[in-house]
Amino acid sequence: MIRIQARTEPSSIMKLVSPILAIALTLIFGCILFSAIGKSPAQALHVLLIAPLADSYNIGEMFVKMGPLLLCAVGLSLCYRANMWNIGAEGQLLAGALGGSAMALYFIDSESALALPITLLAGMVSGMLWSAIPTFLKLRFNSNLILTTIMFNYIALYLLIWAVHGPLRDPQGFGFPESAMFADSTLLPTLFESSRIHLGIVFAIISAFIAWFILSKSHLGFQIRVFGADEPAARYAGFSSKKLSWFVMLFAGALAGLAGISETTGPIGQLVPNVSPGYGYSAIIVAYLGRLHPLGAIIAAMFMAVLYMGGDLAQIEMGIPVAVVSMFQGVLLFFLLACDFFINNRLAFSNQATN
Amino acid sequence: MDSELIVQILFAAVKTGTPLLFIALGEVICEKSGVLNLGQEGMMLMGAVVGFLAAYGTGSAGLGVLSAMLMGCVMSLIFAVLVLHLGANQVATGLALTIFGTGLSAFIGSGVVGQTIQGFQPIAIPLLSDIPFIGKILFSHDILVYASFAMTFVLMFVVNKTRIGLTLKAVGENPHAANAIGIKVLRVRYLAVMFGGMMAGISGAYMSLVYTPMWVENMTAGRGWIALALVVFASWRVGRIMLGAYLFGLASIMHLVLQGLGWSISPNLLAMLPYVATVVVMVIISADKFKEKLLAPRSLGKTFDPRQMA
Repeated sequence: MIRIQARTEPSSIMKLVSPILAIALTLIFGCILFSAIGKSPAQALHVLLIAPLADSYNIGEMFVKMGPLLLCAVGLSLCYRANMWNIGAEGQLLAGALGGSAMALYFIDSESALALPITLLAGMVSGMLWSAIPTFLKLRFNSNLILTTIMFNYIALYLLIWAVHGPLRDPQGFGFPESAMFADSTLLPTLFESSRIHLGIVFAIISAFIAWFILSKSHLGFQIRVFGADEPAARYAGFSSKKLSWFVMLFAGALAGLAGISETTGPIGQLVPNVSPGYGYSAIIVAYLGRLHPLGAIIAAMFMAVLYMGGDLAQIEMGIPVAVVSMFQGVLLFFLLACDFFINNRLAFSNQATN
Repeated sequence: MDSELIVQILFAAVKTGTPLLFIALGEVICEKSGVLNLGQEGMMLMGAVVGFLAAYGTGSAGLGVLSAMLMGCVMSLIFAVLVLHLGANQVATGLALTIFGTGLSAFIGSGVVGQTIQGFQPIAIPLLSDIPFIGKILFSHDILVYASFAMTFVLMFVVNKTRIGLTLKAVGENPHAANAIGIKVLRVRYLAVMFGGMMAGISGAYMSLVYTPMWVENMTAGRGWIALALVVFASWRVGRIMLGAYLFGLASIMHLVLQGLGWSISPNLLAMLPYVATVVVMVIISADKFKEKLLAPRSLGKTFDPRQMA
């Protein structure tokens, strides 16, 4: 007789095992799916997990994808800890790309050493602005943050598309909806020869450590943790929910904006309509997979980047639609949420029938 | 602006509002039971692609709608098991459902992108369609639009006048009290969530079988999210959802209207209108904090565990 029993205390081991279990279950699901459409499961696993890390070029590409995922996920982790349901990382990323790129185009003839820092800052400020509006609407007018941040994702997307068709379009670009290529002074330096790895990944990892420091070492972080764990207690202690909300949302907006501008000044080198293949949405899953812990997000973002690479390779080598990546992401989050059930519950084995 | 143009605009507003009406009716029932399903967009996309594939394969648009309804139910069941049985966070699970549905629909629909089918044809209702203005605006549509009218009135009756409606509201307002008087809270919530899935499925089928009629990745363009805002706009009242759906329908064809009037605004800027309108409406509706607290089902979004006491 197996039955489900509530644990007296949440299991801290299960908290760490759960993501690993969820990843394993997702891979099993992937194998079954690939066999169902007549592909070999072994080849599928190879393409999804091993091929992305097989040579130095692919590893480099993995880090290129990991950067924006991690930047967005670190911010979201703090937001979710503080019960701020920010689904707007995608829009904040696009706003950062748009605002920062406008600055980069302003510096198109400049060789100033300040051009790059100012461009990056413009991206961060744009991302912050894009998260500030829904935050203000929530705090001042009590509007639903989930829905407003989602709407701002769509608005940012159309704004960006409008900009590359209009004011920011390259005059010498034969009418393509793209900006001019940025000047070297506004491009992020690459870290190694023969790879596209750029400073963005460094920003991402530094931001994860900063967020970790804030969360676990500062009084502000303590307040965020109390808020997430027990909101009435936090209010009783006199913590200002407004101040915390502003802090986590602006922090997340700045990081997502930095992710956006790091994409256009990094691997892309200009502003294009499809800056992001949904990094801002995937980052939600990364944040959960990393247990809403900034350092956990590093490992989770790495896994997610491998999955993105795997999706690209599956399309090239096996002719599988790239949408398979977002399907796997959904499945992964399903399994994770299901496995999390066992943080608070356990299976009890006994010979007696229960009453 | 002449009256013929106004009639055409309002006709289009009803047509554009219909998928929103279907999906928001499903979501309001789900939310009335206390469950917030953010997976609407994913369920709708799955309904759209499965409806299209079934209609494409069999040549029958009716079978397409049925398959879409079934698919919506299956999708909502994944959500229901995680949220109701495993106590998973409703926001996260709903997001997972949307991400999953977006990917899966693009995956299984990749073979039929750009194909067209014979969707539902308009049927003018005798007599009613001859009424000036109203007849053209309301009674010259396809059968699914009429089904949405019928569904609205049936739900208004069921929610407001029957025991079923009372049970549903009891579960959403106070699941512990409902449980104490012998209502099977989880069973009611399962049914409500599956009803929501079914309606999202029809809504998707309307997009791919009537509105376009074809399948394109992400063709619902955020309508599942707008429907969630619509429920707030309607203060969880079935009748107001109909009004709201047509107003949102009007907002999303405003760009055609403005272009028709000769305004030269970039279509990309005008495409933002429905989303901006949604934000504006949300702000106006929610600004009165006290009122919203009074209207929203009290247990909305909260996990109910029958093992725990209130």
